[in-house]
Amino acid sequence: MDAIILQILNGLDKGSAYALIALGLTLIFGTLGVVNFAHGALFMIGAFCAVTMQRLLTLSHTVIDPSQTDFLGNPLQTKVPYLASIIGADGAQALIAWAVPLSIILVIPVMLFVGWAIERGLIKHFYKRPHADQILVTFGLAIVLQEIIRAVYGANPIQSPAPPMFSGSIDLGQYLGFQANAIVYPIWRLVYFGFSTLIIGAVFAFLQFTTFGMVVRAGMADRETVGMLGIDIDKRFTLMFGLAAAVAGLAGAMYAPIVSPNYHMGMDFLVLSFVVVVVGGMGSLPGAVFAGFLLGILQGFASMNEVKAILPGIDQIVIYLVAIIILLTRPRGLMGRVGVMED
Amino acid sequence: MKKANFSRRGVLKTGAVAGAGLMLPTYLRAESHTGFTNAPTGDTVTFGFNVPQTGPDAEEGLDELRAQELAVQHLNGEGDGGMLSTFSQKNLDGTGILGKKVNFVTGDTQTKSDVARAAAQSMIQKDGCIMINGGSSSGVAVAVQGLCQEAGVIFMAGLTHSNDTTGKDRKANGFRHFFNAYMSAAALAPVLEKAYGTDRQAYHLTADYTWGWTQQESMAAATEAMGWTTTQNVLTPVGAGDFSSYIAPVLNSGADILVLNHYGGDMVNSLTQAVQFGLKGKQINGKDFQIIVPLYSELMAKGAGSNIEGVYGSMNWNWQLQDDATKAFVKSFGEKYGFPPSNAAHTCYVQTLLYADAVTRAGSFNPCAVVEALEDFEFDGMGNGPTTYRGSDHQCFKDVLVMEGTASASGNANMVGYDTLKIVEQTPRAQVEYPEDHPMFAGGALGDCNPGA
Repeated sequence: MDAIILQILNGLDKGSAYALIALGLTLIFGTLGVVNFAHGALFMIGAFCAVTMQRLLTLSHTVIDPSQTDFLGNPLQTKVPYLASIIGADGAQALIAWAVPLSIILVIPVMLFVGWAIERGLIKHFYKRPHADQILVTFGLAIVLQEIIRAVYGANPIQSPAPPMFSGSIDLGQYLGFQANAIVYPIWRLVYFGFSTLIIGAVFAFLQFTTFGMVVRAGMADRETVGMLGIDIDKRFTLMFGLAAAVAGLAGAMYAPIVSPNYHMGMDFLVLSFVVVVVGGMGSLPGAVFAGFLLGILQGFASMNEVKAILPGIDQIVIYLVAIIILLTRPRGLMGRVGVMED
Repeated sequence: MKKANFSRRGVLKTGAVAGAGLMLPTYLRAESHTGFTNAPTGDTVTFGFNVPQTGPDAEEGLDELRAQELAVQHLNGEGDGGMLSTFSQKNLDGTGILGKKVNFVTGDTQTKSDVARAAAQSMIQKDGCIMINGGSSSGVAVAVQGLCQEAGVIFMAGLTHSNDTTGKDRKANGFRHFFNAYMSAAALAPVLEKAYGTDRQAYHLTADYTWGWTQQESMAAATEAMGWTTTQNVLTPVGAGDFSSYIAPVLNSGADILVLNHYGGDMVNSLTQAVQFGLKGKQINGKDFQIIVPLYSELMAKGAGSNIEGVYGSMNWNWQLQDDATKAFVKSFGEKYGFPPSNAAHTCYVQTLLYADAVTRAGSFNPCAVVEALEDFEFDGMGNGPTTYRGSDHQCFKDVLVMEGTASASGNANMVGYDTLKIVEQTPRAQVEYPEDHPMFAGGALGDCNPGA
């Protein structure tokens, strides 16, 4: 039982990332009709915003310490963060430790801008082109973005630790009546799940309870009619691209303590997230979220040693297997709308 | 009717030349630099450095490239000469190789076997490379080694640690200076026994490819021989990123040791996540839970940060060694690039010099001459102590370093990964040697050297 609970937690955690990326993908597809293969790269850029925040907070000046020598025997050059000179060493240390959560204030404007720039600079020229063209150009964009990140930050994974108070693990089993060490889970992963739920709720609330959201939903349902009412739906859809980019960026930034940011992490999520979108139903926001968590949990179960002993390698194919079964039995996905990608 | 043009003098002259030719060792017949692939004809000779310049191992590849460039400079008489002054052989004098200046071209393996083979093939066919060196993966090394064997050039492997490289996939044209998985396990076992005792339950997470398999097999054999039990071995996909599904069951498995047979980014992520799951420091079976990473590198240590503290592993060489050769190389590399060399950089540097020396001793670039010069070659002054290139499998035998992750000694952020690994023991070569017919290395044969064209 404890093993099952652990894998459900793992599934919720992975599913959180899938759901957030798939939510952005669906927003873009539902509003602009674009299949955005650069969305994984936006997730990766978000993770590197956390790295950037860490570097901004640790911007340093060099102090030469003649009492110590470096590995070549020269006087040791020590780097002292500017922040330490301003607020003291302890304060600087505390602030640097919170770099990942603090990066949210960097992620939102950066990702809104990146989303806007991509939509205005590139994607708007492909609205009337076939989906194959859109896939090619956005996939090319993803490669360009990841190579830029590699050139700037290098190819090595970069440690981005969670704040000390969230960096340990918690013995959940003790609260659920299990023996000690039965269900030990990292605190940050629980924080990530909570954060994802919050973001997903905020996006739905934004679409459901604001005038802007109402217009966007109306545009998703019938773009032409909304346009005939004199509403500039294109402008709103551009903003939705920025919002989708910000959601992916936030998902990436908060994921940085879980998987050390590296330039190809976006690609690892991209294909899985597309499967999530297809399983959930193209254009369905609740479907994307539901499928994200569902596939995350299934992947967790498939990784159990007991399951792999019976079906070796099942953890690698379970998502695709489920996608095949669902598409055979429900061609529009779990919550797909009639008419989406059916013309 | 044609008249035969034989004369007594002509027959004697032809016979003498043919006899002399047959009496010469095989390699000297290539003295005229013909009859083998890419025989150098001008006043230069070209090396091919095939390293990952993009992809997940690019940082390590670029460090190899720095060392290879430095080796070429030293061979051509530029810089301070590095290890040329400490190398036990004194044939290399900074005037190139056999009077030819050394050039190099580079290829990008991307840590993909097919891409690495294509890059090596291009360097051999288009750039006329006489030797291929470098790499950061055993899968790539095995693939490129096979290509070099077919093409008739020498492959001086870079970082490759799978037993298979000089085991079932060994080739006559291929040579490995780097140590292997068996040696890591043989060196680690006594240290682990001393630190953690003989009654331990080990859970293995293993990268699902040639290196992971042989590393796991070697670690399981070495630790079981001292009394440990292997509770489970779980294969994990390369590049999984999130290993939580594999790590979560470890605490409930009854194991009190986790062996991470992972390398590069996978090791950074799996170790970090294992620490996040609270494995380190937990009390299981009345003992402190421990994590072991059999193969360390400086770049992995840098990526894993403080998570490596107290974690044992092994290395082929480390910049903190205090012998003259290491000091000379660290000074040379450090002054040029501003930081110490990694052990991947070291092995590529040494391999380049060893090839150059072998050519000089053989008096020929013919691959078969080089093979003969390197087989059972004994040398010193390259940072690893007395070393032998065993003739039967082309594996170097030398001391192995057991390392322990530690807090940064200098507190210098630029040195993380370099001074966060501490040398615990320099395991003597005799302790890591194995017989030629050891079962872990069975199933392959060197075959004959191939000089190519």
